[in-house]
Amino acid sequence: MNAENRNWVAVGALDDIPRQGARVVKTLAGCIAVFRTADDEVYALDDRCPHKGGPLSQGIVHGASVTCPLHNWVFDLATGLARGADEGSVAVTAAKVEGGQVLLAADDLARAARP
Amino acid sequence: MTKPKLVIVGNGMAPGRMLEFLFDNSPDTFDVTIFNAEPRVNYNRLMLSPVLSGEKCYDDIITHGNDWYAQHNVTLHKGAKVSMIDRAAKTVTSENGLTAAYDKLVVATGSNPFIIPLPGKELDGVLTYRDLEDVEKMLDAAQRGGRAVVIGGGLLGLEAAAGLKMQGMDVTLLHLMPTLMERQLDPAAGHLLAEEFKRRGIDVLLKANSHEILDDGTGRVGAVRLDDGTKITANIVVMAVGIRPATTLAQATGLEVNRGIVVGDDMRTSDPDIFALGECVEHRGTCYGLVAPLYDMAEVLADNLAGGHSAYTGSITATKLKVTGVDLYSAGDFAEGDDREEIVLRDAAAGVYKRLVLKEDRIVGAVLYGETADGPWFFDLLKKRADVSEMRDTLIFGQAYQGGAPLDPTAAVAALPDDAEICGCNGVCKGKITKTITEKGLTSLDGVRAHTKASASCGTCTGLVEQLMQLTLGDAYNPAAVQPMCGCTQLGHDDVRRLIKSKGLKTIPDVMQQLEWSSSGGCAKCRPALNYYLVSDWPDEYADDYQSRFINERAHANIQKDGTYSVVPRMWGGMTSSTELRAIADVVDKFEIPAVKVTGGQRIDMLGIRKEDLPAVWADLGKAGFVSGHAYAKGLRTVKTCVGTNWCRFGTQDSTGLGVRIEKFMWGSWTPAKVKMAVSGCPRNCAEATCKDVGVVCVDGGFEIHFAGAAGLDIKGTEVLGLVKTEDEALEHIVAVVQMYREQGHYLERIYKWARRIGYDEVRRQIVDDAGRRAAYFDRFVFSQKFAQVDPWSERVSGKDKHEFNPLAIVSAEAAE
Ligand code: SRM
Ligand SMILES: Cc1cc2nc3c(=O)[nH]c(=O)nc-3n(C[C@H](O)[C@H](O)[C@H](O)COP(=O)(O)OP(=O)(O)OC[C@H]3O[C@@H](n4cnc5c(N)ncnc54)[C@H](O)[C@@H]3O)c2cc1C
Ligand code: SF4
Ligand code: FES
Repeated sequence: MNAENRNWVAVGALDDIPRQGARVVKTLAGCIAVFRTADDEVYALDDRCPHKGGPLSQGIVHGASVTCPLHNWVFDLATGLARGADEGSVAVTAAKVEGGQVLLAADDLARAARP
Repeated sequence: MTKPKLVIVGNGMAPGRMLEFLFDNSPDTFDVTIFNAEPRVNYNRLMLSPVLSGEKCYDDIITHGNDWYAQHNVTLHKGAKVSMIDRAAKTVTSENGLTAAYDKLVVATGSNPFIIPLPGKELDGVLTYRDLEDVEKMLDAAQRGGRAVVIGGGLLGLEAAAGLKMQGMDVTLLHLMPTLMERQLDPAAGHLLAEEFKRRGIDVLLKANSHEILDDGTGRVGAVRLDDGTKITANIVVMAVGIRPATTLAQATGLEVNRGIVVGDDMRTSDPDIFALGECVEHRGTCYGLVAPLYDMAEVLADNLAGGHSAYTGSITATKLKVTGVDLYSAGDFAEGDDREEIVLRDAAAGVYKRLVLKEDRIVGAVLYGETADGPWFFDLLKKRADVSEMRDTLIFGQAYQGGAPLDPTAAVAALPDDAEICGCNGVCKGKITKTITEKGLTSLDGVRAHTKASASCGTCTGLVEQLMQLTLGDAYNPAAVQPMCGCTQLGHDDVRRLIKSKGLKTIPDVMQQLEWSSSGGCAKCRPALNYYLVSDWPDEYADDYQSRFINERAHANIQKDGTYSVVPRMWGGMTSSTELRAIADVVDKFEIPAVKVTGGQRIDMLGIRKEDLPAVWADLGKAGFVSGHAYAKGLRTVKTCVGTNWCRFGTQDSTGLGVRIEKFMWGSWTPAKVKMAVSGCPRNCAEATCKDVGVVCVDGGFEIHFAGAAGLDIKGTEVLGLVKTEDEALEHIVAVVQMYREQGHYLERIYKWARRIGYDEVRRQIVDDAGRRAAYFDRFVFSQKFAQVDPWSERVSGKDKHEFNPLAIVSAEAAE
């Protein structure tokens, strides 16, 4: 499927997320962490670390990575892959900013909703 | 057979060096006795400026400690100023009545600072800048604050002004001439330098002719008045306007003296058994004021004393300004003349200025400002009197531009000839360093310093020496003798902390830019550390960077394994009441908090709270008078107490009261790692004070203060800091030691590790022995508390950081389909 004809869901204003920070979007299936980097890129990952379930939304954001608050695994925000020696990945939800609004890809959210 | 007796008058840098040569090459030749007017061993005078600025302490700059003298059987009379030399009897006698006979005598009395004969020059608070006493007086004055007026805009004056500023004084620098360092710099470069000093908040007054120093009415300095009538208030005046060779003793002895003590090329004075060495010497009409020539003299003298026939023929000098963050290098001679030409390169935007003075196609002088890497190369060309006509057009761009593409820095060092001088202070050339590295198998900078002396004096050539090590050892060289802070930088915590202060860096991006971070935005290791250093160093100016804090310090609660949080309110000193307990019970019921536990820190933990509920939980706790217990903070945690004289039959002091007082005074402060304290009412020590970061054990006569204990990952009993009589004194000591740790600790380094790193005695010296310093630490802590002692919970109940506790959106099933 190509990105152009996806359905997007608005979840809030970019300014509602602190730079180098994250906010949580709750869905029926679980939480999505929406990250904003220092240069205003946004990314969205499942808010569950594959290690022991740590909430990635609570981690420190640096560059395009986040460090899990529980045991310091580091994840690439774009791919959801763990960096360095750790192995694991989190599901990515496509995200973009338009007119100051943060949009998440609806089908990814739906996938997140199906266990 | 008894050895001939060598007596040395003066224990400065020159004779220190001379003895090293002597002991290395001809050990056991003499029985050596030294008289030193200063009451101490030999130290590196060049490094007084870093001591003044706080970047080093006295112990760091000792070159020969007591054991060195013992090891070489040298008798050192400390605090013994020689007042008479009897040439007939061949003895010297000191003011305090010690006499020693000599076969050979070396006079190495150094020089004296010149005091301008101004009215008021004898007032209390008029200082010079020559020895450790001077530095101590300046540091003492700095602790009391106020304004320092430094007279003299040469190397010494600039270093004094920068150091006093870093110690927190207001500083005015007066210079008689229209530009700073006019002997080395032209007006434009002098201007760059003056601007840099102004940027650091130092007032620079040029063409300022001091007229008199005014009394404040009590015999102390009050102000300085200039010729034009301007009056500048001053708490101290530092005169740094030049030096005069110290020749009084030699003159009284009847030796030939001009400006300095006259010596021949063999370093002999007019008396064949008496030699002179160092700044007190005049050789071929020249007196020197830098160490490199003195070391050349030292080598010659050592050889001649041992029976050799060496000759000293004079030196050309190069120098660097030792003010962190200002790069200035100058060598040779800058006088103008018809037969001289100049090449000047300016890059105002980059703050770079370079000037070469040429005579007959040879460099005779070089000044580099802003970028000094090529200094040694120019100096080498200068000393060799190399003909530079071939490369004249590109000369000023430096070595990398000679022939082809610019080279990387190690390649530039690789291209230096073996006899190129790397360390100007100690006259060590490249070949000697590389050879010693290979021969002795050296792998650390300290090793190279110990065996070659390169970069062991003023330290400004350290970078070059490291490049040589890299070159010689390749991958075997691991400069990580200092552990870098993280993968984003080569710098260790100490360097980063020092540079934040000295370069006046006040934001995280500023630190990363100026200190050349290799990542774009740091990482989860360095950002919290930098954030702490900035909070600690600039309490009033720095705005805490929330996103650089670990989640616990952002949410002001402790994250649990299931993503819920725990909340621990303060119970001052472990004391509580029925009202407080009732409020906690109500909160637990209202929010259905699944677990309540008494912590190991004498207070109550509520565990399993949803993040969204935190502000409401705090609101209810706040109504009952609770504030955050900072159970999550790299900051003050708990002060455990026992019941003390309030109830206990053995109590000697009010340990509960003191614990509560300490906690109320210190809560809210951020520290490198968590800080836990305890106060026990008697040596039975029921509050377990002797395994805490700081602890107090009350005794009949007062309060025994402990520090540097540990009972977590490591177990370690505390060290005793000292015994004080009153509660007030106890509080002052405790606060001061914590502030010292706040200023020096590495992020995440507990007090016991920090104290072990810098030495327990050093802590005692600064906190117990030095009342002035203790008071200054105390004051700085109190100042920073003005900005830190705000309850983070009530702030958040009032709406701060709302976004932290609420989801951004709740997406329904339909929207997602
Ligand atoms: C709650 C408590 C245990 C308890 O149920 O009693 C506790 C709980 C935790 N301790 Fe502790 N420590 C608690 C008293 C202690 C004590 C005893 C004391 O303070 O008297 C120690 C030994 C003393 C010391 O600190 O040296 C202690 C040594 C540690 C250490 C090891 C520190 C070290 O450098 O050696 C850690 C790990 C760390 O900090 O990196 C730690 C870390 C933790 C953390 C924060 C683990 C974490 O990172 O999540 C736990 C958080 C639980 C929470 O959410 O509340 N806790 N911890 C105690 C809270 C005290 C308080 O009122 O604030
Ligand atoms: C703050 C500062 C920074 C400096 N920075 C640099 C620099 O960056 N680069 C550089 O090359 N140079 C620098 N210098 C200059 C350098 O320190 C001197 O050139 C060098 O110390 C002179 O060595 P000396 O042995 O001749 O004399 P000193 O080191 O001055 O030693 C003379 C000693 O003799 C003692 N003495 C004097 N009279 C008697 C007596 N009658 N009996 C017994 N003892 C006596 C004195 O108390 C003193 O301890 C600096 C100097 C200062 C003060
Ligand atoms: S000892 Fe401390 S860190 Fe370990 S489980 Fe218990 S509370 Fe947690
Ligand atoms: S749960 Fe994320 S690193 Fe362990």
